[in-house]
Amino acid sequence: MSISTVFEIVLAAVVLGLAIWTTAVRDTYSATVGFVAYGLLVALVWVRLDAVDVALTEAAIGGGLGGVLLLTAAARLRDSGFTAAEAPGTVTKAAALTASVLTAASLAGAVLLLPDAAPTLAPKVIANAWATGMANPVTNVLMAFRSMDTMLEKVVLLLAIIGVWSLAPNDAWGGRPGPRHQADPDGVLVFLARLLPPIGIVVGIYILWTGANHPGGAFQGGAILASMWLLAIMAGLTDTPPVCRRWVRYILIAGPGVFLVVGLGGLWLGAAFLAYPPALAKPLIVGIEVAMTLTVAATLGLLLAGVPERSAR
Amino acid sequence: MSIGSDIITIAAVSAGAFFFLAGTVGLLRFPDTLTRLHALTKADNLGLGLVIAGLLPQADSLREGLKLVSIWLLGLLAGATVSQLIARTARQDEAR
Amino acid sequence: MSGVTVFGLSAALAVGLGLYGIITNPQPLRKIIAFNLLGSGVFLLFGVVGRRGAAAGIGNDPVPQALVITGVVVAFSATALAIALLLRLLRTAGSTSLGNGAPPSARPDASGF
Repeated sequence: MSISTVFEIVLAAVVLGLAIWTTAVRDTYSATVGFVAYGLLVALVWVRLDAVDVALTEAAIGGGLGGVLLLTAAARLRDSGFTAAEAPGTVTKAAALTASVLTAASLAGAVLLLPDAAPTLAPKVIANAWATGMANPVTNVLMAFRSMDTMLEKVVLLLAIIGVWSLAPNDAWGGRPGPRHQADPDGVLVFLARLLPPIGIVVGIYILWTGANHPGGAFQGGAILASMWLLAIMAGLTDTPPVCRRWVRYILIAGPGVFLVVGLGGLWLGAAFLAYPPALAKPLIVGIEVAMTLTVAATLGLLLAGVPERSAR
Repeated sequence: MSIGSDIITIAAVSAGAFFFLAGTVGLLRFPDTLTRLHALTKADNLGLGLVIAGLLPQADSLREGLKLVSIWLLGLLAGATVSQLIARTARQDEAR
Repeated sequence: MSGVTVFGLSAALAVGLGLYGIITNPQPLRKIIAFNLLGSGVFLLFGVVGRRGAAAGIGNDPVPQALVITGVVVAFSATALAIALLLRLLRTAGSTSLGNGAPPSARPDASGF
């Protein structure tokens, strides 16, 4: 048993311990903090599984932005003194225990019985990488071989933001999401919000650009850009835009729109929907990725800003 | 040179791990928020710095070394800012 | 027992824990957290299957990785929508109880959180 296997066993044990603690602890705020820690450790698990792109996405979106989302919600719930609800009866608990034990046991059995000559699509992905000229196989799959999934995922993000906006109360319809944050202009938060975003924007664009040949890509870069925007909003340096503004909506549809246009272009000029002509594959993909990063950054930021609360006037 | 850089790496990373351990013990054992913050930030900044210093001999190129150092600087920035914010909130809660 | 198998078993346990948390915990925010736990366990199972499919010079099958990246973003947007619904329920009804109890009192829209 090598040292790396020991490390992996310890990591898995800590991750499981955090998962059990998150499920079992009484205080909701503690459960939220436990879940954020769990998300960051799972990113380490992804690195051990040799999936660095997924580790970046999990750390940025699952741990970072998801953590902000859950912590703000937990803080609001705690401050407003919500009423605790009734605990479920013994029958429900027993049934839930049975169901979860059965599910976990069957999944564990499936993991132990996985075939030894594991089926894999990696050779096919590597063999077809000439078509896009990019060296990162995950980006190839996301942007070329399964680009339909990525385009539809953009549409899902759009639907989520429409759902969040539709929850606005009548007097705040089309208004600015979230409260107006104010911070001491000489304080530490404003200092950080002035210092970090230029660095963060460079890092975000770098991760988008390097995603062609190294781990990275549009989602991870977009998440970093979104977090820099949110930092400036939270320090009060800028305010959330009213959601009725045109430019907000143009940015949100830029990603799926460009994707759709390229797809229809492929249908018209080439072989099939979303077919890239091999000579133009890389420029087209880069163009789509730039539009995607803008849209992902704006959508994630607006999803975190929340429901419109203040009127646009 | 490879043996020398490996020794530096092992020594520095072990020292960094010791500081992380000390910071965690301080977090668990110190009585209130401000002292716990002191333990965390002093130990973790020094610990992270030593770990990065230990990884520098293993870097392949100057660019990779600069990336490692910038990770340390960003970690310092984030840690310092967050601990200041927590300390101010703790002080306001005490004053209430 | 290799490290990958250990990760697979912990992923299965995370799925079980998430399922238990969704059914038994009465507070909606805890249900959302348990749902995310369940999703993270499922993604880890994808990762384990992909890791076993390492071939042709790369360490993890890229197709499950792409599916998981898409899944993480979609799960985040679903969580954001769920939290928006939860906060709206809190604002309108004054509590986050999902029970079928007495109708909520007409609480005026709060003047600030």
